[in-house]
Amino acid sequence: MAITKDTIKYVAGLARIGMTGKELEHFTGQLDRILEYVHELKDLNVSGLEPTSHVMEMKNVYRADRVRPSLPVSEVLKNAPDKANNLFKVKKIIEKI
Amino acid sequence: MQYETVIGLEVHLQLKTKSKVFCGCSTNFGSPPNTQTCPVCLGFPGSLPVLNREALKLAAKVAIALDCQIAKKIRFDRKNYFYPDLPKAYQISQFGQPLSGKGYIMIFVHGSEKRITIRRVHLEEDTGKLFHKEDASFIDFNRSGMPLLEVVSEPDISSPDEAYAYLRSLKSILEYVDVSDCNMEEGSLRCDANISVRKAGSEKLGVKAEVKNMNSFKAVKAALYYEQLRQIELLDSGSRIVQETRLYDSVRNVTESMRSKEEAHDYRYFPEPDLVPFDLDPELVRGIGREIPELPGPRKKRFISDYGLSDYDAAIMVSDKALADYFERAVSLYKNPKVVANWLMGDVAACLRERGGAIGGLNLSPEDLTAMLKMIEAGLISGKIAKALLPEMIETGRDPGSLVKERGLQQISDEGIIEKAIVEVISENQKIVNDFKKGKDNAVMALVGKVMAKTRGKANPRKANEALRKKLK
Repeated sequence: MAITKDTIKYVAGLARIGMTGKELEHFTGQLDRILEYVHELKDLNVSGLEPTSHVMEMKNVYRADRVRPSLPVSEVLKNAPDKANNLFKVKKIIEKI
Repeated sequence: MQYETVIGLEVHLQLKTKSKVFCGCSTNFGSPPNTQTCPVCLGFPGSLPVLNREALKLAAKVAIALDCQIAKKIRFDRKNYFYPDLPKAYQISQFGQPLSGKGYIMIFVHGSEKRITIRRVHLEEDTGKLFHKEDASFIDFNRSGMPLLEVVSEPDISSPDEAYAYLRSLKSILEYVDVSDCNMEEGSLRCDANISVRKAGSEKLGVKAEVKNMNSFKAVKAALYYEQLRQIELLDSGSRIVQETRLYDSVRNVTESMRSKEEAHDYRYFPEPDLVPFDLDPELVRGIGREIPELPGPRKKRFISDYGLSDYDAAIMVSDKALADYFERAVSLYKNPKVVANWLMGDVAACLRERGGAIGGLNLSPEDLTAMLKMIEAGLISGKIAKALLPEMIETGRDPGSLVKERGLQQISDEGIIEKAIVEVISENQKIVNDFKKGKDNAVMALVGKVMAKTRGKANPRKANEALRKKLK
């Protein structure tokens, strides 16, 4: 087994997902099986291939440096869970500055 | 125990484009909060970024000016992290195939030259601005998506003074290529520092601290001096250094652990699927290179060879492009570079210090300055009068000729008037006259001074000197 419970805990932590001990067990087994399946790719010979980052044959797409209208502030803040003085308001992030 | 300090600097620079790097929102500084935002820079689902061509061009310009190897193919990557300054939960940056590889900057510290290697230059998007209050944090996304250039040095810097010199050199180059406002107070130029200390001669790097929150080059130097000492004291007392981010407090001049809730960084970079890869045509890159003006390094060498300036004077003249341009314009009008340089570094610089601002904003054209220098040379005004005249020229923006005429400041070369003053001075200062007659040649200077005072500085000192000697023979 390549995937350990610690790995799942770590990844869940990165994604800010809380997990119970039972869930950890469950996902550890599942992810391990998924990865094992994907690892079949490792048997392929890809020595002559360039790593692919984009599947579409498209490159050099630019826009000109022109200012376009922004959204009205009322629209911008419409879905904000909390706001004040046209600023988004969030839980305090740094304990001390 | 002897220690060595190892410093690497990360400089972030906002590029001077009209619109943001991946959307059409304005980059104007100081607009009301969240008025320059759109679905792209707010990270709305389904919105797609498109690269601003001008941002890439300005970025390449910097990389070329720093002698960096420009990549033929570049790509953008997602840097993943959860922090409210970026609504997408990732920053579009460059990781695997950045804009450039290694380059370098020459720095001058305590009279010697040192080469600092630049590791890479890459283009990314700026984050939103956070304001931390007692009970909550607030976000303005106007800054989110501003084109940001990251210039990373190798840890070649071995002292806070070198770090300061590096920043000065870098800023000077950036101003020459004219890609950014380079304003630390407004945040268009920001600097973070990695610093560690190790036993002198040791190959192994010490544990480093990342220092942030410095809002001037002097603050960077002060923060590094503090941090260097803090680490040395810890090691001397047998303690260990913890790898962490520390914030500089400029009021108390200390660095403090940031104690962020963030855990160890794991950015999980991967290629940004929303942006296509880019090929940088070498011909295009050469074209951008041709737009780069003569940079401070070569220009300094030219000032030394063409104008006969000293190394020190040339370094000051080229440090600011506007000053160097001003100097060259002035020298084209008045062909005595040393005199022009002395005035610029002396009285003009003093006026600038007093009034604040840069040479470009000064109400003194090279034409008026050199007109004044020509009047000194022609004996129309004395150097002393000129020194008093300069602040007035700057104050009023008027040419020296009309001011001198209006104030009656013309140097007196009329021998009759000088003669009259000399007669008075001789009769009033018998003791000095006797000293001179007894062979104390220097005493004549005291008498010249008295003549100058009598004529309110307007007598031609050379003529007064000659006339006095003649009279006392």
